[in-house]
Amino acid sequence: MDSTNITKVTTHPTQNEALIFERSQPGRIGYRLPALDVEETPIDELLPKDFRRDDELEGMPEVSEVDVIRHFTRISTWNYSIDLGLYPLGSCTMKYNSRLNEKVARIPGHANLHPLATEEDAQGALQVIYELQQHLSEITGLAGVSLQPAAGAHGEMTGVMLIRAFIDARDGEGASARRRTMLIPDSAHGTNPASANLSGFTVKTIRSTSEGLTDLDHLRELCAHGDIAGLMLTNPNTVGIFERNIKEICSIVHEAGGLVYMDGANMNALVGVARPGDMGVDVIHLNLHKTFSTPHGGGGPGCGPCCCTEELEPFLPLPRIVKEDDKYRLDFNRPQSIGRVKAFFGNFGMMLRALSYIQTHGPDGLREATEAAVLNARYIAEGLKADYDKPFDAPPMHEVVFTDKRQSRKGVHTLDIAKRLIDYGFHPMTIYFPLIVQGAMLIEPTESVGRQELDQFVAAMRSIAREATENPELVLNAPHTTRIGRLDEAAAARKPVLRWKPKETASAA
Amino acid sequence: MLQVVGLEKAEELFSSIPAELLLRAPLKTPAALSEIELLAGFEQTAARNAAARRPSFLGAGAYSHYSPTVVDHLIQRSEFFTAYTPYQPEISQGTLQAIFEFQTLVCQLTGMEVANASMYDGSTALAEAVLMAERVTRRQKVVVSNSVHPEYLEVVNTYVQHAGIELVRLDYDQTTGQTTPDALSSLDDKTAALVIQSPNFFGCTEDVRALAERAHAVGALLVVTVTEAASFGLLRAPGTLGADIVVAEGQSFGIPLSFGGPYLGLFATRDKYARQIPGRLVGEAVDKQGRRGFVLTLATREQHIRREKATSNICTNEGLIALAATVYLETMGPRGLQEVAMQCAQKAAYAARRIKELAGFTLPYSGPRFNEFVVRAPAEAAPLLASLARERNITGGLALSRYYTDRPNDFLVCVTEVNSRAEIDALVEGLSELSR
Repeated sequence: MDSTNITKVTTHPTQNEALIFERSQPGRIGYRLPALDVEETPIDELLPKDFRRDDELEGMPEVSEVDVIRHFTRISTWNYSIDLGLYPLGSCTMKYNSRLNEKVARIPGHANLHPLATEEDAQGALQVIYELQQHLSEITGLAGVSLQPAAGAHGEMTGVMLIRAFIDARDGEGASARRRTMLIPDSAHGTNPASANLSGFTVKTIRSTSEGLTDLDHLRELCAHGDIAGLMLTNPNTVGIFERNIKEICSIVHEAGGLVYMDGANMNALVGVARPGDMGVDVIHLNLHKTFSTPHGGGGPGCGPCCCTEELEPFLPLPRIVKEDDKYRLDFNRPQSIGRVKAFFGNFGMMLRALSYIQTHGPDGLREATEAAVLNARYIAEGLKADYDKPFDAPPMHEVVFTDKRQSRKGVHTLDIAKRLIDYGFHPMTIYFPLIVQGAMLIEPTESVGRQELDQFVAAMRSIAREATENPELVLNAPHTTRIGRLDEAAAARKPVLRWKPKETASAA
Repeated sequence: MLQVVGLEKAEELFSSIPAELLLRAPLKTPAALSEIELLAGFEQTAARNAAARRPSFLGAGAYSHYSPTVVDHLIQRSEFFTAYTPYQPEISQGTLQAIFEFQTLVCQLTGMEVANASMYDGSTALAEAVLMAERVTRRQKVVVSNSVHPEYLEVVNTYVQHAGIELVRLDYDQTTGQTTPDALSSLDDKTAALVIQSPNFFGCTEDVRALAERAHAVGALLVVTVTEAASFGLLRAPGTLGADIVVAEGQSFGIPLSFGGPYLGLFATRDKYARQIPGRLVGEAVDKQGRRGFVLTLATREQHIRREKATSNICTNEGLIALAATVYLETMGPRGLQEVAMQCAQKAAYAARRIKELAGFTLPYSGPRFNEFVVRAPAEAAPLLASLARERNITGGLALSRYYTDRPNDFLVCVTEVNSRAEIDALVEGLSELSR
């Protein structure tokens, strides 16, 4: 394999490691508990025999502490991570996760606090929640904030339920029964229609224009039927373009009696620069694990605050965290609330981290982060436009979409380009999303990367474009440097193996 | 860099935003803090969380347990905590293998055949189980025991309110504290599922086998919720007693209390329902050379492919918390889990025996306990617990008046392996003296 163009990485040995179940040794332990310090009750008096386990938890691994450390340390090295460098997944906002925020979340007075402690005993935590609500309200320009949703999709579900509850309250339960259509652009995240469906809405799809914007004519046409509950819109949208007609879009929907939901996945392009509340948006969710730097953790935990106008505030989930004089309080007296969406108060550990992010940055820092995120995306757009097809002319905000149009003439597709990027030491961009762009490659560098690494990335992408012409096989068979090659995902789905089983059981089954 | 992209000033980056929408003044968020100032501020708010510093007997869905040091150490490895969802398997095998191990461990604990990569928490996992039961049975009525955690019931109610599902509540026996099979007259051939919690909110272990038989007799599924996952070390796995879906809160597996989150929803079911399961699944796969690896699989159930027809809207779940639980479970192993569970049960039995001996105090329920039990005090529980906190520096439990206004004297006590005998004795003494 030709590696002269690869500057970011070099290969080195990687440790093999089996599943923990395969390295289990009977009798090994990795823990120690103090001896029982109360008089023992005979086991049959504790629990009837039929209620007790009799399988000795067979099959669970028996390993020592150092076995555990080596096991996870070895497999960890098979991951790419933000700490290794640029992680340009579009719409995912993979920015640096400050270690200071981790330290904050582990302060014992916060980490050891039970969620059912009384209000008096939890004033500090309630203050954290309250202050973060205030800051997010300022950042979004929306009055009401609930931090209860655990992730973006959960915040979406909450927001869509607010819309439904609001319309039911406004129009009366019966009258609103015909307002059951949620408009969603064809470029939206899949969670949007799934969340709308959970709230009992029927989804209708709005077309995008060739410029990559919401088609206003189609929107007007769909709004003419009188059955519109609302619109779910991402802004900047999923091709990285600001919907410049946003005010008009909002007024068309409002005039038709609907509300506007904004998917806040792309807020990293707007913080400190513009506010959804000023655009006419009624409700939005944020992803603290994107815009506010809480770690993605290999797929969560997240936190998906739902922010809304004053009109929608009475419908937010219970309980509300409010301040009265100098005391913070849980307010359960909200008869119009959609109810609780999660036990307790949400992912508090993520709230601590996000508050820490806002406090470390300050207002200027928040805006500077936005500027850097947009500038970095522009820089990539500029760097790649000579070699890759850029389907939309408009200058991108914080992320930019390219396609494989030119490379596919040689049989090299987006998936191949993504896999080849791995050999160059980069995590691939988001691929095949949004669905409206054939062979989409959605690139979001975030603010957490400097010019040097952006140049390396651009050079890698340009080098792959050359390879696609000169040596397509090299790209088609990538990656060449990883522990394993491309996995047969179709076979995995046809005959799913979703758990480990001991050998003898497996053959008996 | 600005010049390279043909701009002069940073403001021009936002020229596609109409001028009237641009903020003219800086945000009114607090001024930037240094590390020293920031930490001091959070230490100050932490100091106002008085409950975090006391010996505590609070449970009710969130539990204090021992977490081996390696758990928090390993989840802080950059490679795990700064990675995204493992969409590119070639460079995500660490996360994928850990999830595969997690799924296996959840199956082993619950006695089920397939488990997903996690849900947000126990309450939302239960709501998703109810929605799945409707999909599987195509029936719209769900019978739920009132001995399920009240906040879980509220969450289920929110999730199903627009799904055309009718929730029917079921009372529990006032003597045993259990959901009794005799009280199941509301189960019929329109019932999608019977939903119970075991050990239930009042600490009583349900007769899962008998309830499963009743549910199956009308073609309904049995959904079992577990909020205290440490009980898996001692109690018979619900899957071996006839449960069709088992959901649990996994916080007991090494996860800090953190005022209610992030926690970990466990979701397990039968193989035959694998394609109806919500959320992510990791499966085994091979590459061209036949090398074993792991991938996200059965994605056609999920929102990014199926959109409004997906089995759930969930995308981001609790990846890192699932990893923490995996490290916990592998470090503790079968012996450690059994020992933790046994210590919980023994210490709770000791505490229950001592409190029962106190004049004026009773334990209203006779059902078999794991590590929680309801105490009926001779006076109102909330002020009693408040004076216990103030004068003895002990959080004595949860006043049930928080959820049930008609139960002013009742409180729920939870004892785990982290509560020493001295703490239990101090609780008993405090209750005795302060209730006089």
